[in-house]
Amino acid sequence: MNKELRRVSLVIFMMFLTLFIATTSIQVISAETLSQDQRNVRSVYDSYKKQRGSLLINGQPIAYSKPSDDIYHYIRTYSDPMYSGVTGFFSNYQGATGLESAMNSYLTGQNSAQFFEQISALFSGNPVTGASVELTIDPAVQKAAWDGLGNLTGAVVAIEPKTGNILALVSKPGFDANLLAVHDGVLSTKNYSALLNAKSEPLKNRATTELYAPGSVFKILVATAAIESGKYTPESTLPNPVKFKLPGTNVYVQNSGEGKCGGKATVSIADALRFSCNVPMAQLGILLGQDAIRAQAEKFGFGKSIKVPLAITPSVYPSNMDDAQTGLSAFGQFDDRVTVMQVAMMSAAVANGGLVMKPNLVRTVLSSNLAALTTPSPSELGSAMSSATAAKVRDMMIGAVARGVSSNGQIKGVSVAGKTGTAQNGQGEPYTLWFTGFAPADNPQVAVAVVVADGGGMGQAGRGNSLAAPIAKKVMEAVLHK
Amino acid sequence: MTFTNLTDAINIPKIIRVIPRNRNIEAWLLAFALGLFAFELAQIQLSVLQVLCADFWLYFVPFTLAVLAIHFVLRIRASEADSLILPIGVVLNGLGIAEIYRLDLHTVAVKGTELFAGKQIAWTCIAIAVAAVVVIFVPSHLFLRRYVYVSMFVGVGLLLSPMLPVIGRSINGARLWIGIGPLTFQPGELAKIALTVFFAGYLVTRRDSLAIVGRKIFGVRIPRARELGPIISIWVASLLVLVMQHDLGTSLLYFGLFIVMIYVATGRSIYVVVGLTMFFSGALVASRVADYVTRRFDAWLNPFDQSHYDAVGGSYQLVQGIFGLAHGNLLGAGLGGGLPHLVPLAESDFIIASLGEELGLVGMFAILALYLLLVARGVRIAFMHNDDFSKLLAVGLSFVIALQLFIVMGGVTRVVPLTGLTTPLLAAGGSSLIANWIIIGVLLRISDSMGSGQRVIGAVN
Repeated sequence: MNKELRRVSLVIFMMFLTLFIATTSIQVISAETLSQDQRNVRSVYDSYKKQRGSLLINGQPIAYSKPSDDIYHYIRTYSDPMYSGVTGFFSNYQGATGLESAMNSYLTGQNSAQFFEQISALFSGNPVTGASVELTIDPAVQKAAWDGLGNLTGAVVAIEPKTGNILALVSKPGFDANLLAVHDGVLSTKNYSALLNAKSEPLKNRATTELYAPGSVFKILVATAAIESGKYTPESTLPNPVKFKLPGTNVYVQNSGEGKCGGKATVSIADALRFSCNVPMAQLGILLGQDAIRAQAEKFGFGKSIKVPLAITPSVYPSNMDDAQTGLSAFGQFDDRVTVMQVAMMSAAVANGGLVMKPNLVRTVLSSNLAALTTPSPSELGSAMSSATAAKVRDMMIGAVARGVSSNGQIKGVSVAGKTGTAQNGQGEPYTLWFTGFAPADNPQVAVAVVVADGGGMGQAGRGNSLAAPIAKKVMEAVLHK
Repeated sequence: MTFTNLTDAINIPKIIRVIPRNRNIEAWLLAFALGLFAFELAQIQLSVLQVLCADFWLYFVPFTLAVLAIHFVLRIRASEADSLILPIGVVLNGLGIAEIYRLDLHTVAVKGTELFAGKQIAWTCIAIAVAAVVVIFVPSHLFLRRYVYVSMFVGVGLLLSPMLPVIGRSINGARLWIGIGPLTFQPGELAKIALTVFFAGYLVTRRDSLAIVGRKIFGVRIPRARELGPIISIWVASLLVLVMQHDLGTSLLYFGLFIVMIYVATGRSIYVVVGLTMFFSGALVASRVADYVTRRFDAWLNPFDQSHYDAVGGSYQLVQGIFGLAHGNLLGAGLGGGLPHLVPLAESDFIIASLGEELGLVGMFAILALYLLLVARGVRIAFMHNDDFSKLLAVGLSFVIALQLFIVMGGVTRVVPLTGLTTPLLAAGGSSLIANWIIIGVLLRISDSMGSGQRVIGAVN
């Protein structure tokens, strides 16, 4: 009978194994999916029970949970709408966005870094208090960007080139996240739909997720590709006609002043960048070819999903273009699409000797007893160009600000490298206005990108240099003059 | 041999002293189990009430006294019984009481009136006392062999009694209960013991004819009709339970038990094949014909489907239980920290989901490991025993625990369709506690007669 007993033992063992597997699959493998099921009210109850961690700048909370007398125990409170592009919102009814969502596991105390706290909570029965997140944002720089944009629609990103630390991240118009954090469900939902349907679309994050035509700021990238190819120097010249007929079409490219780029028969790449001329850039783009430009774009971070930890929408350089389209793409038109964060990364890479640093918003994560759970160190995304190339591109960008059409980026007594952009968005559509650059050019402390959307309210009359550059100047000054 | 030692040499030793090694191990394990129970109660009070209160003693003292009582009964009457079975039973039973008490505290907090922990502690004491009675008054498990056919009548009678007109009761759609006034009892729980005794006794006497006699058809030996008779009767009875009492679980439990025992007795896998085919074809027909079974199947296959979720008798409870388990995650919400009350019948049918939520995967693995160990000890007894009746009885009783756990927990975790069986030793309910403690008592009694303990002759120099 013992042979049969052995087989029965095996059957019993298989039954238990099935139960082990089934419970693991529910409790661990699909736990996350199950917790997000709309019919599962436990996650909602959970979020009430514990104090959510704060988002801090220099120890001052910009988003925190303060005790309330209702069944929810705590209410989420936001200090200033100028941080709405960073914090996002946390609502009992509308979920979470921004860092509230990206850092949720830390803020709720569920992150594996808080394992030991979770264990002790298991025995004490008290819920884990959420960890707080200290940000890299510099409030003075943030304020300069917020005030600089004023009533315009647009965004500003300022990065410390050596580390990738984000000093300012502004999206305008912002919103008051307190409107969504209210505990009255009807009110919260009403406020949410008002924000969602507002014509100015305040819930969009124009710094991280919106894609814009880059216009002339893209010329920095093409100039970089040209010099990296080894076939060109800043002094290399290109033919300088008034108009350039795109190959295979009847379409002509013109410079923005509708004249020649300087008075000569040829124009150097440096001058083309200085005066932001489209004709030589279109020719240069076709000579380089789309593959070389795309390769350069990818080195800067195009096409990559980056989390700072806000998710950055990948920027796009189009593929399968003919020569005419390549020519257009070389000065930031056709289907080129970029985020403000990507443009800031591009300037930061030039400023940092060609090395692309991963942008980062989190300085450190602190547990409730102020132990540092994680402190992200600067991390490299790769090299976009050699340091020699970076120096040449920098000098060309200095020329564009000091002696060119990007002159409103000048700061008294400081050498600024920069480039403006004024992108067209189709017949009759308002322009997208840009400035990107860094300062001081010889020892960069800040790289900045500014976009002003909807033509800054001036239709096709506004220019990058007139509207975006002054904002960038204020932001750079805020970094340098403190 | 020197002369002075002569008196020793002619003294025949009369006292056989048995070193109660197993009982000493058991005592340490019981101390640990009771400590764990105290810890659970204290944590629940601190977590839910924020203070310790005197109710603690209300649960701790009677349980401890009952456990100590059966421990001393074992020391006297079955000193070589297995040392792990009782402590495992105590840990599981204690954990069940603690979780039921925790659910009660929530019920009190929301001003509900249906409380279970008081009844559970009372039933536990009664059940442990019954187990002690089994150990005391069943001098040897072979004694049970005298009552094989009585067991059959008792078992079948108990099994079918809920179908009787006056005393039969339907609860939650399953007619598994008998009731007199406010007292209800699930006779099926006790029937499983009676039937195991009957199967063991019957199969021991008939195993040879079941195994050898019969014609060969296509190389497979088919038993004669008179040997098949009892199998068909059991099959019919199981299907009757399924159809009349609306319970797939009970039906599967008895039939599975019988198949395993007949296989162990005869060593012929044809019984397993034929038996399973018969059962599943019966169940398949039932799932098409009986509306109740169809709904259970639909809810099992597509529980997250909104129409099944909203349906009366649909998947709402199952899905809420799964949400609870998922909420427990790896480490659990902590005893008193979860929201197990969101699941209907959290204290009985879904106690495993309640525990999974509060103790997490770690706790579930610990609970499963305890059951596995309990069953393994039972199967070990079957292995070690020389006598066939004991082997069959031990493996049957162990398997019935394993299968019942599989059906219940598999139902909660969507391995099998959800049924109305109770989780052995954990779930609220007197009948289930008594039945499972009797099983523990019988297993202890059988294990005592294995004679694996050290016997030392006391008077030898």
